[in-house]
Amino acid sequence: MGKRSVQLDELISQEYRHGFYTPLDVDAVPRGLSEDVIRLISAKKQEPAFMLEWRLKAFRHWLTMTEPRWATVRHPPIDYQDIVYYSAPRAKTDGPKSLDEVDPELLRTYEKLGVPLAERELLAGVAVDAVFDSVSVATTFKEKLGAMGIIFCSFSEAVQNHPDLVQEYLGSVVPYTDNFFATLNSAVFSDGSFCYIPPGVRCPMELSTYFRINAKNTGQFERTLIIADRGAYVSYLEGCTAPMRDENQLHAAVVELIAREGAEIKYSTVQNWYPGDKDGKGGIYNFVTKRGDCREANSKISWTQVETGSAITWKYPSVILRGDNSVGEFHSVALTNHWQQADTGTKMIHVGRNTRSTILSKGISAGHGSNAYRGLVKVAKSAAGARNYTQCDSLLLGDRCAAHTFPYIEVKNPTARVEHEASTSRIGEDQLFYCQSRGISAEDAVSLIVSGFCKEVFRQLPMEFAVEAQKLLGVSLEGSIG
Amino acid sequence: MLEIRNLHATVDDKPILRGVDLDVRAGEVHAIMGPNGSGKSTLAHVLAGREGYVVTQGEIRYLGRDLLALAPEDRAREGIFLAFQYPVEIPGVANIYLLKAALNALRRHRGEAELDAVDFLSLVKAKLRLMEMDEALLYRAVNEGFSGGEKKRNEVLQMAVLEPRLAILDETDSGLDIDALKVVAKGVNAMRSAARAMILVTHYQRLLDHIRPDRVHVLAQGRIALSGGPELAQELESRGYGWVEAEARQPQAGVAGGQA
Repeated sequence: MGKRSVQLDELISQEYRHGFYTPLDVDAVPRGLSEDVIRLISAKKQEPAFMLEWRLKAFRHWLTMTEPRWATVRHPPIDYQDIVYYSAPRAKTDGPKSLDEVDPELLRTYEKLGVPLAERELLAGVAVDAVFDSVSVATTFKEKLGAMGIIFCSFSEAVQNHPDLVQEYLGSVVPYTDNFFATLNSAVFSDGSFCYIPPGVRCPMELSTYFRINAKNTGQFERTLIIADRGAYVSYLEGCTAPMRDENQLHAAVVELIAREGAEIKYSTVQNWYPGDKDGKGGIYNFVTKRGDCREANSKISWTQVETGSAITWKYPSVILRGDNSVGEFHSVALTNHWQQADTGTKMIHVGRNTRSTILSKGISAGHGSNAYRGLVKVAKSAAGARNYTQCDSLLLGDRCAAHTFPYIEVKNPTARVEHEASTSRIGEDQLFYCQSRGISAEDAVSLIVSGFCKEVFRQLPMEFAVEAQKLLGVSLEGSIG
Repeated sequence: MLEIRNLHATVDDKPILRGVDLDVRAGEVHAIMGPNGSGKSTLAHVLAGREGYVVTQGEIRYLGRDLLALAPEDRAREGIFLAFQYPVEIPGVANIYLLKAALNALRRHRGEAELDAVDFLSLVKAKLRLMEMDEALLYRAVNEGFSGGEKKRNEVLQMAVLEPRLAILDETDSGLDIDALKVVAKGVNAMRSAARAMILVTHYQRLLDHIRPDRVHVLAQGRIALSGGPELAQELESRGYGWVEAEARQPQAGVAGGQA
């Protein structure tokens, strides 16, 4: 644990520390997107026919779609033909069989990022499936988890070793026709994480993935699929960092969660992609589709996210409450500083009877940042006794930032109860002076007040993540006052 | 410890302080009295370094240094403490968390090790008993939903924990019932020491029944119009401020004439 906290300190110290580029021998496909490129990706990954078919169907559908324009985000047009859709570190042999075989340069990158890969991290209770650009390089603790019947591996491995599970669940929550970015992802996704928890098994450790964008002009399109079978439980952590880069980089991931009868999935994200510099140059475009399906009765899915990075965040982790008595939760902190834009929220779709959902959203805007909460609560005719509670709070620092709240509520069952509360507040000069007069610097005072504002969400995070998230907020707000 | 010379200050371009002179030595307790609008709170805020209180003339030396050159947090780290007339609410931030952050900021500044949770808690608990405060207040958000009396006690609790060299209490007695006033006075009296100076800003004499000052000053028209011993407070109680204000206008006219 001690080791880890040193790494954490390094991870979140002053400036954006992850702005380094690792020179690696890269195996990439030609720039641009066509059926040939998709066939090439699929062939490189030696995928079974059903995968190629699925990708091609998605691609053909994508050609009929247009980029969504309804979000309150602004960006120059994205040239989808100017992106390299697949890039993997070239294997020196036929792929690493142990950590010793992993490119040492790559390991050093992870060291800088503070990603625990070595065996000693067993003590920290974290198993990591690290996505470096497009291919999972190393997966730890697979055997230990394997003994319990838990499958935790890269998506590519799952396609090779568990094609039946992939075929059964892939696209069953986010179909390939879902939306522009999810459809693009379905066509070109290169890798990601796969997790299956068998019936009645409680996963004994937090499963974790660190995403990282490295190669220049490489869109990152990962896909995560997590299945908790009957009565199973899993807590999954996702952390993201990207090196500093001038061009905007597109990131369009898809996460699908499936909770069967009585199962529970907790999915936590700390997103720290490169936000661009203080003049709004560079940064990641993060267009993500995350959705969970409480497919059977008494299941539960909760999303917790801390979004401090990216130039643009477009993300609505959702829960479809199909099973009776199922529970959906969404806890979010979204921070925008400088010229960052976030349009984020959730969708809670109540289908089953006595389904419950809770939405807790905390938006913080500083500098010229723009922060929008967009949430849909939908109660179908079938969802007798459904309940939702939504709380949306916005905190403003300075007078050049913006906060918006767009709640959408559709109720088709008269027995449903839906509550929405919203507040907006500003960090006052009197609060800052009060802290300063106690010896606390203005910047620390801002962190203190912001942490207090976010406390209810941080409480939902696993401990080490909560510490990291709190410090990240402090770092992200640097330069926001004065 | 504190030397104020010919201090002039404005708020929103309006002159409030017009030539304050004051000397406070270690171990002394000074009371600054005066009618509403005489500049008492302005003086307190100028000492603490509040933005918007602009010093246009004069100087303040604290422990031999130019106080006005220090940022508010540096003044606090150097041992200046202001107990607020209207303590500020900070939703979501636990009282104990602010206290700990403040104490450790001071300790870091002095090159001392930060206190861990256990040592800190035992320190705070002792001070809580002094202030007759419920431990539950530590875990509530700073001043949020506190009664007027609780807020003022909380200010003195912070002072007891931070152990300043120079404590400025701005109208700490206002809004207190007599029992609360006694508790606050007990806390303040417990902190009197040869190394520590205090400035009590108050409108009423009743606080001074419980905290006996060494010197009493009357601020009128933005200047110290009159200074004396504790007996001056008694006199003000019976005669009011009118006569001091009337006298204050005289010398001011003289000064203006002298400048011309």
